[in-house]
Amino acid sequence: MADNNKFIVSHAPFWHDGSRISTRNYNIALAALPAILLGIIYYGMPAVGVVSLSISSAIIWEFVFCRVTKHSVTIGDGSAAIIGMIFGMLLPATAPWWLVILGTFVAVIIGKQIYGGIGANPFNPVVVAIAILMISWRDIFDFNEALINYDFDFAMVYPLAALKHFGVSAVDSFSMGDLLMGKQSGGIGSTFGLGLIAGGIYLIVRGIIRWEIALSFLAGIFITALIFNLSDPAHYAGPVVHLFAGYTLIGAFFLATEDSSSPVNFIPMLIYGASAGLLTVLIRNIGVYVDGVIFAILIMNLVNPLLDKIKPKAIGKVA
Amino acid sequence: MIKRSFIGLLKPRLEYGSVADTPSLKQIPTPKEITLLSNCPFDKKNLLFKKKATVKTGQKLLLYKEKDEYVVSSVTGQVSSISSYTGDFGRTFTAITIEVADDEETDDEFKDISKDASLETIKNFLAFAPGNPPVKLFSDKDKSINTIVVCCADSDLLITTNRYIVKSDIDAIKNGLSILKAASRVNDIIMVASQNQMHELSTTGEKVKQVNDTYPSALPHLIMKDILGKVVPAGKNPEDIGVCFISAEAVASIGNAFNSGQLPVAKTFTLVNKDGSKSLVSARIGTPASDIFTALNITLNENDRIIFGGPMTGSSVYSEDHPVQPDTDAIIVQDRDDIPVISDYPCTNCGECIRICPANIQINLLVRFLETGQYQEAADQYDLYSCIECGLCSYVCVSGMPIFQYIRSAKYELDRANTAEATNG
Repeated sequence: MADNNKFIVSHAPFWHDGSRISTRNYNIALAALPAILLGIIYYGMPAVGVVSLSISSAIIWEFVFCRVTKHSVTIGDGSAAIIGMIFGMLLPATAPWWLVILGTFVAVIIGKQIYGGIGANPFNPVVVAIAILMISWRDIFDFNEALINYDFDFAMVYPLAALKHFGVSAVDSFSMGDLLMGKQSGGIGSTFGLGLIAGGIYLIVRGIIRWEIALSFLAGIFITALIFNLSDPAHYAGPVVHLFAGYTLIGAFFLATEDSSSPVNFIPMLIYGASAGLLTVLIRNIGVYVDGVIFAILIMNLVNPLLDKIKPKAIGKVA
Repeated sequence: MIKRSFIGLLKPRLEYGSVADTPSLKQIPTPKEITLLSNCPFDKKNLLFKKKATVKTGQKLLLYKEKDEYVVSSVTGQVSSISSYTGDFGRTFTAITIEVADDEETDDEFKDISKDASLETIKNFLAFAPGNPPVKLFSDKDKSINTIVVCCADSDLLITTNRYIVKSDIDAIKNGLSILKAASRVNDIIMVASQNQMHELSTTGEKVKQVNDTYPSALPHLIMKDILGKVVPAGKNPEDIGVCFISAEAVASIGNAFNSGQLPVAKTFTLVNKDGSKSLVSARIGTPASDIFTALNITLNENDRIIFGGPMTGSSVYSEDHPVQPDTDAIIVQDRDDIPVISDYPCTNCGECIRICPANIQINLLVRFLETGQYQEAADQYDLYSCIECGLCSYVCVSGMPIFQYIRSAKYELDRANTAEATNG
């Protein structure tokens, strides 16, 4: 019997439930796959190129940053890969290579690392990147123009743009089934509604994203769109188009739910989600931008710390 | 170790074990040497006995002049060393090592006094009894105890010690209860028990309340809130609002002591092996853990872990020779491959801790202050003192942060700063 064994001494608890950041992120990647796969089936190799470049450049930016700042390299936690993946999903398949690399730079370095890395970013890095690029290169994000060379058996129209420019009658041709099956123009991974919903439900069941945010976001969009629609059906499209077109579903399950830029208490989560939904429809219906998801989430990220002040009272707290 | 379930939407269910799946009690032979730890810091000048002093089994040893701290020798033999021992968070103890003699003699000082089952006798002889009866509370003038809560369920996971005592020694508990009641003049006694103990305990004639089967329901603060309906103010203990918690084992110790006229010296505890198998063990107080491992054929390797207490709230020790103490309810041996890694990753705001915290603390915000050492802000704004120390936040932390340790060290540092302030005026 060895008397001089050294033992591990640390503080309680001595158990852990085994959850890890990397597992969470890889599960998010898994949940995003169906939507990306359909995008690849529709748009072919250019889509593969954009998504691959986006993921790899995001990882490389994170690696470079860690090296330059002499921090331990954190690419293994999957956070950069997820940023790249979701960023790629939002782009049109024809996005030029420099835009992808610039976008992941903005997302990883400006959106996340300069704030202190994972967990410290006040905004969703992907949303920051898309917002900046969308304002800077508006033409590339005009999906109708960007995807003009694709010819499918369905109407290759970006529903929200059609709605904005030609009114409600332009989106009458979209049935709910078409929208769910991705038969619309849009980002590589943001049009396959059914895939996004399935991924979202998977993440909710696994406890990786917070259902309160996703559902209240969708509810916010539905109710606001319905109110607009009821007040003036000739001007404003019904809630179904708003729910299944543009970035709505990817926003609900992959953007608004990003951990560090969203609240964690129950009531704040509902307010955050519902307000983001409300703002989305406001921007779409009366704002100048075609899609409001990105800016709505960005604004709600901004008020997130304030919202999280609405907290339950700790036990035993006096006054 | 209970892992997160596939369906992460559900809260993890951490159920207290039942006594049914634990085998019968194993007696550990008296070791060659025992060590008794007293809460009093070592003070060589005022020691009341010297090295080489002979002691008998059950003999009360007053440690220092003008102090009423004492230990009770669990063996017969000769004191071989008296030294200082430093535990967690800088707490210092006096360690008295006794070499065990071949023939056992029982001390009879208590025998004569035991006819008078007064509060004074309990205070003077049973503070070191198995289960650590909180005897001082009853005579503390600052605290008027009006309710006694007898915990028949164990507060931490894996431990079945108190359940075993209830099952095997209900008569001693009944006896102890009547003595305690008469001596303390507290009539409001509440037995807190798990569902399958309700029947056994109904024979005691006391009020029996059922506690939930999932951790952390049996922690004192939650028993106070959910069963007694009294919320303990942040930073206070149940005794500050007149409620004294005592374990079933401590009550049984009191009952046995007065029944037999001898101070009980053997501690019952749950031993959890590396593969998770549990045994109930009885050993003299002061027995080094290594003797218990030898008796049960447990081998330890480099980088394993020895835990005194439960997996959520216990403390790990650095030596195989750490002795069994009156409050040691469990010893857990953890294989090095089962030890979860603590990381230096920051909080990612995932909210797992918020959902599981039984005290509604904003841990995601609190931990940011604790990490940077801003303890006063943490206490003032983020409910540091509401923490009931269940350890669940660290258990579920996706980043693997040692949140519970941050909380404990923050409380410790604040306490130290406040004490220094008070003494320096």
